[in-house]
Amino acid sequence: MPSLGADMESGTLLEWRVKPGDAVKRGDIVAVVDTSKAEIEIEIFEDGVIDELLVAEGTRVPVGTVLATVRPVEAAATTGPGAGRTPSVRSQGASAPPRPVPVAPQIAAMAPLAPIPIHDGHRARVSPLARRAAEQLGVDLTTVTGSGPNGAIIRSDVERASSEAVSTPAQRPPSPPGPPPPPPPASPRPAPAPSDRQAAMREAIGALMARSKREIPHYYLEARIDMSLALEWLHDANVKRPVNERLLPSVLLLSAVARAVAEMPEMNGFWIDGAFQPGRGIHLGVAISLRGGGLIAPALHDADQLTLDEIMAGTRDLVQRARAGRLRSSEMSDPTITVTNLGERGVDLVHGVIYPPQVALVGFGGIRERAWASDGMLGVRPVVTATLAADHRASDGHAGSRFLTLIEHQLQSPEAL
Amino acid sequence: MNEQELREAVIDALTEVAPDVDPTAIDPDTDLAEQLDIDSMDFLNVIVAINERTGIEVPERDYPKLSTLNDAVAYLEVQAQGASAS
Repeated sequence: MPSLGADMESGTLLEWRVKPGDAVKRGDIVAVVDTSKAEIEIEIFEDGVIDELLVAEGTRVPVGTVLATVRPVEAAATTGPGAGRTPSVRSQGASAPPRPVPVAPQIAAMAPLAPIPIHDGHRARVSPLARRAAEQLGVDLTTVTGSGPNGAIIRSDVERASSEAVSTPAQRPPSPPGPPPPPPPASPRPAPAPSDRQAAMREAIGALMARSKREIPHYYLEARIDMSLALEWLHDANVKRPVNERLLPSVLLLSAVARAVAEMPEMNGFWIDGAFQPGRGIHLGVAISLRGGGLIAPALHDADQLTLDEIMAGTRDLVQRARAGRLRSSEMSDPTITVTNLGERGVDLVHGVIYPPQVALVGFGGIRERAWASDGMLGVRPVVTATLAADHRASDGHAGSRFLTLIEHQLQSPEAL
Repeated sequence: MNEQELREAVIDALTEVAPDVDPTAIDPDTDLAEQLDIDSMDFLNVIVAINERTGIEVPERDYPKLSTLNDAVAYLEVQAQGASAS
């Protein structure tokens, strides 16, 4: 059961979309899981063949529980012992009590494999994920044989080496060492009713925000941004467009943030185990309020690479799927920085609460006409107040200030967004 | 399209975007965005849905003229008449 956000402790497996023997590719949807917030489509993160489904539909299990085993493609051909591996990495033995917030490993596990750098040296090539896995599992990389392209060491190689080193049967389920993992409840639990979900969502948001306020030394900055040029550009663009291709001001704001983040890597990533881990890619968590209450902030992947039309289509798609309960696991686990556009609801500015383990949140108030002094003249301009809540462990106000200034600059050149 | 058909088209568009809304509970003279808690993305989707049902393209500058149900129907009636007259 992957962690689909730091506020998730368990999930109900609603539906399997695959059966044993099915071939799967990374990114395929293999199951649907109900968290306290929504129904999420679970993507698999490596290629292979489904070996065994270990959790029955309708069962609620803690984050970290192994849901199924996958045989990697190359191993499926040879079918040696130790070929089966566990996609949902952890099973929980006595030494690993349920951890409330095991976000980092899952984020690493859910993230796509980084391209393996090509260089001519004799040093073994190691994928970043493999390197991180080696650190976590205490594996000496010089002892690992790579099975990736050109002999590169990939994460599965490290995991295999780790399990061999501790003489754990690599085919962990069905008989893991030590006490069994949390047993599936005797009677399958159906997905929670809407009212239960409301309560569960409040509880999840409450727990996460309490953790944020307890652990993260927030600092807050705000900047007022003249939106005249951006809105003029937008209106001109929209006049030429049919209704279903029109852009919203929020699209400009998201694009400006994504491009500013590209220059401020210290705002983009996670604070985990006392250290900053930069995000791989710029995945904006777009805060979406759910009708009937609650909030979800799924990822707009690689937002700095998207055109305005793609951001518009992407956010429209996210909003619709967030409300219909059709988000994907990578969208839940990937955001590297969150943007909230609460101005939509009428407020002038928002002092955000950072979504752990992220290190920054950008908030936009409503775009309002204001008296604006410029070049010795007083005029009326559309103005938005942008705020930054950032983690003081990862950055200082100087950097935060520069970040907001970069966002402002982006919005003064809307044609470049 | 007559007034009644346009009204139904607007209500259909609203309930498509906000499925939890009870159409009979919409106050026709209260601001739709506040009443139904819809944001600019929702509102744009309503405009798109109205376009699909009526063929009327509402320009961006006219969005404020559709702020209540009655205003929206009245605006669309004028547009529909203009389209059929030309």
